[in-house]
Amino acid sequence: MAVLLTRDTRLLVQGITGREGSFHARQAAEYGTQVVAGVTPGKGGLTQDGVPVFDTVYEAVRETGANASVVFVPPPVAADAVMEAADAELPLIVCITEGIPTLDMMRAIEFLRGRPSRLIGPNCPGLITAGQAKAGIIPGHICREGRVGIVSKSGTLTYEAIHQLTQLGLGQSTCIGIGGDPLIGTSFIDALELFEADEETEAVVLIGEIGGHAEEDAAAYITERVRKPVVGFIAGQTAPPGRRMGHAGAIISGGQGTAESKMAALQAAGVSVVKSPAEIGDAIARRLSV
Amino acid sequence: MKIHEYQAKALLAEHGVPVPRSEAVFSVDDAKAAAERLGGLVVVKAQIHAGGRGKGGGVRLADDAQAAAAHADQILGMTLVTPQTGPSGRLVSRLLIEEGLDIASELYLGLLIDRATQRPVLMVSAAGGMDIEEVAAETPDQVHRISVEPGLGLAPFQARQLAAAVGLRGKPAGRAASLMLRVWDAFRARDASLVEINPLVVTANEEVLALDAKVTLDDNALFRHPDLRELRDLDEEEALETEASQHALNYIRLDGTIGCMVNGAGLAMATMDIVKLAGGEPANFLDVGGGANADQIRNAFRILLSDDKVRAVLINIFGGILRCDVLAEGVVAAVTDLGVDVPVVIRMEGTNVDEGKRMLRESGLNFTTADSMGEAAEQAVRVAGGEAAS
Repeated sequence: MAVLLTRDTRLLVQGITGREGSFHARQAAEYGTQVVAGVTPGKGGLTQDGVPVFDTVYEAVRETGANASVVFVPPPVAADAVMEAADAELPLIVCITEGIPTLDMMRAIEFLRGRPSRLIGPNCPGLITAGQAKAGIIPGHICREGRVGIVSKSGTLTYEAIHQLTQLGLGQSTCIGIGGDPLIGTSFIDALELFEADEETEAVVLIGEIGGHAEEDAAAYITERVRKPVVGFIAGQTAPPGRRMGHAGAIISGGQGTAESKMAALQAAGVSVVKSPAEIGDAIARRLSV
Repeated sequence: MKIHEYQAKALLAEHGVPVPRSEAVFSVDDAKAAAERLGGLVVVKAQIHAGGRGKGGGVRLADDAQAAAAHADQILGMTLVTPQTGPSGRLVSRLLIEEGLDIASELYLGLLIDRATQRPVLMVSAAGGMDIEEVAAETPDQVHRISVEPGLGLAPFQARQLAAAVGLRGKPAGRAASLMLRVWDAFRARDASLVEINPLVVTANEEVLALDAKVTLDDNALFRHPDLRELRDLDEEEALETEASQHALNYIRLDGTIGCMVNGAGLAMATMDIVKLAGGEPANFLDVGGGANADQIRNAFRILLSDDKVRAVLINIFGGILRCDVLAEGVVAAVTDLGVDVPVVIRMEGTNVDEGKRMLRESGLNFTTADSMGEAAEQAVRVAGGEAAS
C-alpha cells in the first residue's frame, strides 16, 4: 500500500520539456512509475520520450487520466502551475521548484484551501515509494522495499537516511521530502497521520531542521495520535542564530526555532532522538526489535 | 535581502507612508549641509544592517548643523557594536540626517508571513521603541494581531480595529489606520518578507509617522523588482559569502578549523553537527547544491581555503543526481591546481561511488576516504589536530 504514491499512480510532469523535467521524467519511468503525460504551455501535441505533451493540465487529465502531478517549472511561474493542477483537482501535486516568491506561494496555498488536492513542497525532493513509483528527484537505486516511512525537510539528508535503512536491510515504505521553505503544502503532521494509518509502515523517521515550530507541533501530535515508533533527527544543532542556513525557513530568530527546543519536544513525545545523523538507521533497528 | 533604514523609508514613502524629512549622506560636509537644509534639531543616525544602533552610540541628537557635523565626524568610519552586530561590529559609512520631532507616543508595527496560518500577520503594540520579542514573551496581551486574507488584502476595518486596540482615538487613529493600509500596499507590491516600524510615532500635533523602518525583501522575488536589486549593500556582507553566492554556492563562515563541503542544506547542517559531536569545530557551512560541477568544486575549495583557520577539509557528498566519479574528478583537479596543502577527508555515497573512490585512490594525492559520516567526522577532527571523541 504505502502512502500517497503507488505503482498504480498515473503521473503527469509539468515542465516535462525542460532540462530538469525531462531528465526526472525519464528517471521516474525507469523506476517503474507510470508517466502518462507532460504539460508545457505552447508545446501541446509534441511528445517527450514517448510521453504526450499537452498545453494545459486540464487537457492532460482528460486525455490520460493522470491523477498526480510533479512540477518542474521555473520559479516565476511555478505557483501558477500548482494552482492549475489544483484547479484540475489532481489529488497529489508535488512541487520540486526552488526559489518561488513567498507571496506567490502564499496565494497558491490559499487557492488550495477547500480543494481536494494535497501539495507536497515546494523546494523539496518529492517522494518515492520503494519498489513502486517516484515523483521527484530522490534517486531510486538507493531505496529498498521495506516498512519504514521517512518524512523530512531536507533532500540529501533524506538520501542519507534511506541509505542507512537500505544498508541495514530494513528498507522503506514511502519517503516524503516536505521541503524547507517557510510555506509548504504538507506538514510533518500530515505525513505522520498518513504513516500511522498505513498498514505497511511500521516505524517512521522524522528529519527536521532549525527554524519555525513544525517539529514542536509534530511532537504534540505524536503524543496524541502516533503509536508507531518514531526516530527523529534535527539538523542545525550547531547553527549560529540569525543566519539562514541554506533553506529559506532554516533560521533561528528571536530565540525561536532552536534545535534544542525541537529535540526536547520530540523526546518528551517518546521519539528516539539521535544527536548524530549517522545513527538514524541503528535507532530504527533498535525500535523495531523491541 | 536586507536594506538600510533610509532605503526602507524611501520605499515606504513611495507607497504613501508618512516618514520624517531626512537625507542620506556619506560625508561630514554633506551631513552638515543636510542638517542646514532641514533646520533646527536633527537626529544623526548610523546606517548599518543591524538594530540596537542607539545602544551602541550610533544615533545622536544635534541642536544645529554644527553639532550634526561633529556627530557625523565621530560616527562615520566608526565600528559600531550593537546587540545585533556581534562583538566585531560594523563599519559605518552612511548616515541618515533626519528632522527632530516632538513625540507624544511611540507604538510598534510589524508585518510578516506567519508560518502557522500561512498568511500575513499585522502586529501592532502600544509598547513602541522596545524589543518586541521581549514584549511578546512577557506581556503577550500587549501585542495585537490581525491575520490578513491573501486574496483580499488588509481591510480598512481591520486597520481601524488595530488602531483602536492600541488606544488611539480620533485623528491619530484614522491616520494610523491609513498608514497601516499603505504599509500593506508596500509589502504586497514590493514582495517584502518583513516590514517593521519601531517606533511608529504620534507627534504632539497628532501626526503619525514611521520614525524607524526595517524592510526585508524576498530574494526569490527580486527578479521582478530590478530597482530593488540596486539597494543591495555589499559592504554589509561577508566578502567570501558574496563571492560564493556568485558561484551558486551557499557559504556561511563560522569560527572553527574544519572546512566543510557538502551537497544540500540539511546535510550541510548535519555535517557541522557531527563534526562538533566528534570534538571538532566547523569552519563554515557550505552547500554546493544538487548539481555541482568541477568548476563549482574548484571555487568551493578556493573559498573554503581563503579562511586561514582551516586545518582540514571534510567533503561529504551524497550523490544522487551528482555522480561520485564526476565529484572525484573535480576534487582531484581542484586539489592539484590549487595546491591544497591541508588534509582532505572525503566521504561520498551514491551513484558510481566505487569508480569515484578508485579515482581518489589512484590520484596519488593525500586523501583520506571514509565510509560513513561518523567515521569521516572523526578522521577530519583527528587530522585537524583536535581531539576526536571515541
